[in-house]
Amino acid sequence: MIRKPHKDKSDLTLIGTPMRKIEGLDKATGRALFTDDIVLPGMLHGKILRSPHPHARIVAIDVSEAEALEGVHAVITGGDIPIKYGIIPWTADEYPLCIDRVRYIGDAVAAVAAVDEDLAIRALEFIHVEYEELPAFLDPYESLAADGSTPYVHEPKKEGGNGNVTKQVCLEFGEVDDVMAGSDIVVEGEYFFEGSTHAAIEPHCAIGLWDGVGKLTVWSATQVPHYLHRELARVLELDPARIRVIQPLVGGAFGGKSEPFDLEFCVAKLSMLAARPVKILYTREEVFYAHRGRHPFHMNYRMGCTEEGKLTSVNAEIVLDGGAYASFGLVTTYYAGQLLCAPYSMSAYRFDSTRVYTNKPACGPKRGHGSVQPRFAFEVQIDKLAERVDLDPFEFRRRNFIGSNTRTVNQLRITSNGFLECLESVERASRWRRKFRQLPFGRGVGVAGSTYISGTNYPIYPNDMPHSGVQMQVDRSGRVSVFSGASEIGQGCDSMVAYIAAEELGVPLEYVRVLRGDTDFTPVDLGAYSSRVTFMLGNAAIDAATKLREMVQQAVAGEWKIEANEVLLAGGIAMWASDTERQMPIREAFNLAEARFGTLGATGWYNTPKDVHGDYRGGTIGASPAYSFTAHVAEVEVDVETGVVEVEKIWVAHDCGRALNPVLVEGQMEGSAYMGFGEALMEEQIFKSPEQGRAGLHNAPSLLDYRIPTSLDTPEFESLIVESIDPEGPYGAKEAGEGPLHPSIPAIANAIYDAIGVRMDKLPFSPPNMWRAIEEAREVGALGKPAFPGGLPVTPEAAPARSMSSGS
Amino acid sequence: MLRLPPFSYHKPSSVAEATGLMDQYAEEAMYVAGGTDLIPNMKHRLFEPTHLIALKSVTELSGIREENGDLRIGSAETLAEVAGHPEVQKLFPALADAAGHVAGPQLRNAGTIGGNLCLDTRCTYYNQTSFWRGALGYCLKKDGTVCHVTNVGKKCVAAHSADTPPVLMTLGAMVTLAGPDGERRLPIEEFFITDGIYNTRRTPVEIVTEIRIPLGAASRRQAYAKLRQRKSIDFPLLTVAVSADIEGNGTVQSINGVVTALGARPRALSGWDDLAVGGTLDADMIDELAERAHEQCHPLENLIVDADWRRAMVPVYVRRVLEKLRIT
Repeated sequence: MIRKPHKDKSDLTLIGTPMRKIEGLDKATGRALFTDDIVLPGMLHGKILRSPHPHARIVAIDVSEAEALEGVHAVITGGDIPIKYGIIPWTADEYPLCIDRVRYIGDAVAAVAAVDEDLAIRALEFIHVEYEELPAFLDPYESLAADGSTPYVHEPKKEGGNGNVTKQVCLEFGEVDDVMAGSDIVVEGEYFFEGSTHAAIEPHCAIGLWDGVGKLTVWSATQVPHYLHRELARVLELDPARIRVIQPLVGGAFGGKSEPFDLEFCVAKLSMLAARPVKILYTREEVFYAHRGRHPFHMNYRMGCTEEGKLTSVNAEIVLDGGAYASFGLVTTYYAGQLLCAPYSMSAYRFDSTRVYTNKPACGPKRGHGSVQPRFAFEVQIDKLAERVDLDPFEFRRRNFIGSNTRTVNQLRITSNGFLECLESVERASRWRRKFRQLPFGRGVGVAGSTYISGTNYPIYPNDMPHSGVQMQVDRSGRVSVFSGASEIGQGCDSMVAYIAAEELGVPLEYVRVLRGDTDFTPVDLGAYSSRVTFMLGNAAIDAATKLREMVQQAVAGEWKIEANEVLLAGGIAMWASDTERQMPIREAFNLAEARFGTLGATGWYNTPKDVHGDYRGGTIGASPAYSFTAHVAEVEVDVETGVVEVEKIWVAHDCGRALNPVLVEGQMEGSAYMGFGEALMEEQIFKSPEQGRAGLHNAPSLLDYRIPTSLDTPEFESLIVESIDPEGPYGAKEAGEGPLHPSIPAIANAIYDAIGVRMDKLPFSPPNMWRAIEEAREVGALGKPAFPGGLPVTPEAAPARSMSSGS
Repeated sequence: MLRLPPFSYHKPSSVAEATGLMDQYAEEAMYVAGGTDLIPNMKHRLFEPTHLIALKSVTELSGIREENGDLRIGSAETLAEVAGHPEVQKLFPALADAAGHVAGPQLRNAGTIGGNLCLDTRCTYYNQTSFWRGALGYCLKKDGTVCHVTNVGKKCVAAHSADTPPVLMTLGAMVTLAGPDGERRLPIEEFFITDGIYNTRRTPVEIVTEIRIPLGAASRRQAYAKLRQRKSIDFPLLTVAVSADIEGNGTVQSINGVVTALGARPRALSGWDDLAVGGTLDADMIDELAERAHEQCHPLENLIVDADWRRAMVPVYVRRVLEKLRIT
């Protein structure tokens, strides 16, 4: 692609200013169409029969009674779609409907299509499945210790191997043990991050339409229409050119819709059999079973530093509880270690990360995929190290800043890096220096930092084609159409391409139409995952728009007999840079261009740089064209009688490169911080134990009992945008959708410590867990305000640091 | 989406018409007021009535007014109306407070105070979909033979989870019931029984028509507190209501406290009179009362939240509500 030097803020007219989302009004007024809003003539409703057992052999299935019901048009079982699917090509391990074995309560066994939903539900009662129950693996350590005396969750890939192990990665950079041994201070800690789910408001929904002559259309609430397209073709053994995937607007996803699911294959197959369109909409309970949320992580971190507070060596051992299927687990296992090597430098680093199968819903990617859990442990470890060397935790972080235009210890390339500015912003805004260790007992502040990728540098299936493409077309009326295959999931990517088209072609935003989410007429974009869309789609859109703009500039320049680069397009007019009184409406400019060049259209694309990763097996995973950086300060109040933690405020500073629309960036920052806050304080995707009636049964698959914070629970947020202007991002932009989640959790943990002197190394910091930790600390006399680094606070008006309160 | 089982909807305009319909459809019918409890329970297939008799249009069931020395609250008054009613706020602020803490604003606009009295008991093994309960093997309260909380089959320990009854109990409220055989009136503490399967003395054909609170109770100091994880939506994990008659010189004439969300019925705390009556509600007395409450409360794992913690919160919350009595 043609790379242009970045424009200064003064050269930009729309980019960088607050703008509405182009579909915002439709969503706010209920006019926007989501998948479940679509009703096709003759449409049937499908339902999926699910396993009531956590682990069992399917001995027999009899669907004849269900098939015989009047109004039931098709019934399918595993044998009807006997090809495994999976988002990672090497780890496909799921059948759309289980064939011989079910692996968690909720696993799909059969599906029906009937004239209405009530009949479809009733028809499931007429399917008779005979199961032979198998012992279930519910604890990841039991999975690890399995010896094959009972069936593994999956068959071992190698004979004699443990089939419960999905993936094991051990990578070492530098001499970890030697450097650790030479460190002045070593801190070791055990951490646990409880699983959590996405809780997007829109449940998964899909519609299949087989036209009877060989074309399949699938509408789906997905984040990855392109990968869905590929998997539908492979699993249903259809020519991909005969498949069309449409992604209507999506009501939130957060990673929970970033791979194919049983329902998409089922609506397609049922439609092929029934010769009528078929819709399946998950219940909320099914969304909890489909899951793919945050893995529970069991972590051991050993970290060393010098007396001066320079980080030396880091050793991490991590066990990931993966649930019943692989999902993105291969990547998660790498990300658990690979994404921790910034924003701090370290001379040696090793991680040993193992993902195991258990008989529970499959875990996968959730906002901040793979690195939210270890980041929690890492940033709490940093806090502990800072305390040991008597340093303010901000100062400790500054001393270890990795810098910009550098490589991490695991060889990933870092370009722009605004982490220091992030630290400075939250330190100042939160009045940190007057608060840290100086607030009264029960109140505290904590800081944490993080980094995240702006898109994964390599596609999920190896290929050299662009990661994102855009087609743009200009009409004689002045209207600009943008054909975008990117997946709008509420984050604003449709708006983003519209802003770019308007900026580059000088038309008002209302002149831009974004035609989107349909594999029949949009170029491939790989999907809304890994925070890749602004960076990659943005660059593709600039590429396409620039080609069109240059044609328009040339045409106008020819008319005015001036140089093309002297023609400015902005605000609906073309003008001469040297004398801006000389103008013509943009429509006339477009007409001149069409007269000169013919029908106006252009494609643009983005591909990643190829030299940004590590030169070792797995070194491409975690590589990204650019990294975002974040710092948070959280202020909390802890009730030491009840264990209730009130997070009063979180200051969020995020280096997003450039805020293309600051309103959307702030929305992402607040939404991320909110989501992290919810995981910190209340969310738990957990399961009943054998003593609780039924092992492996989801504890609470509803939004009443799976608790996410309400607006009343949500702290105040202050978003502080930091712009480091990345050399390769669109106008310098990097990601903002996932990075700002990470520090919420450790910042809250560190603030709790500052408040009451109790370390919370296990999530969530729910009142019962807090209460237990507080009572333990009370018993050993450890409840109280920790000491100020160096013994005295720096600000004279602050309260005395040490007040060993008993906390009543 | 979860679907409702099919049913016919009846909209009587009088109590007599409503009880007549109930007589006609007998066991196939249920009454519905706001529906905020019944409708989700029907979606979970906990109830599958083929006839619903709606009480919304029965005008006799509405109205909040002083009458014969009582404040009379029609059972179909919504929780939002009770919470926001000036008379209720003035005379019985703890009741207004409790009504204002039920669920969230939308549910309080639909849910009624009568419905809150008749709220079905709740349990982690019960308030689930039919698929989930099937995977569990069902439970004693519905379709099964074993209680998974106690692991024996004898007794259902689902939790009474309504916010307003504890307050009404501390105020000596009465409940009026109307059935095909006429009206009867019960003190509210007799309205509830210790059976998680069905925890009230209301027979399925009867309608709670009104709640009457003696105006004399308005002179009592009252307080209410609710423990829950979130500040909205959630059912209580523990509710404490107290009221006391305290003389000008601070001498306690009478005091009572009720806790709920622990077992199948609200529990009136015992052993407070001998500690408190004739004494002063100072910090020491509050601690002793709280300790006595603690001894009486033994929550089970019937809700998803740690029972040990819920038990530990009993003295904390009792102390906190009693402290409110000192201030007011």
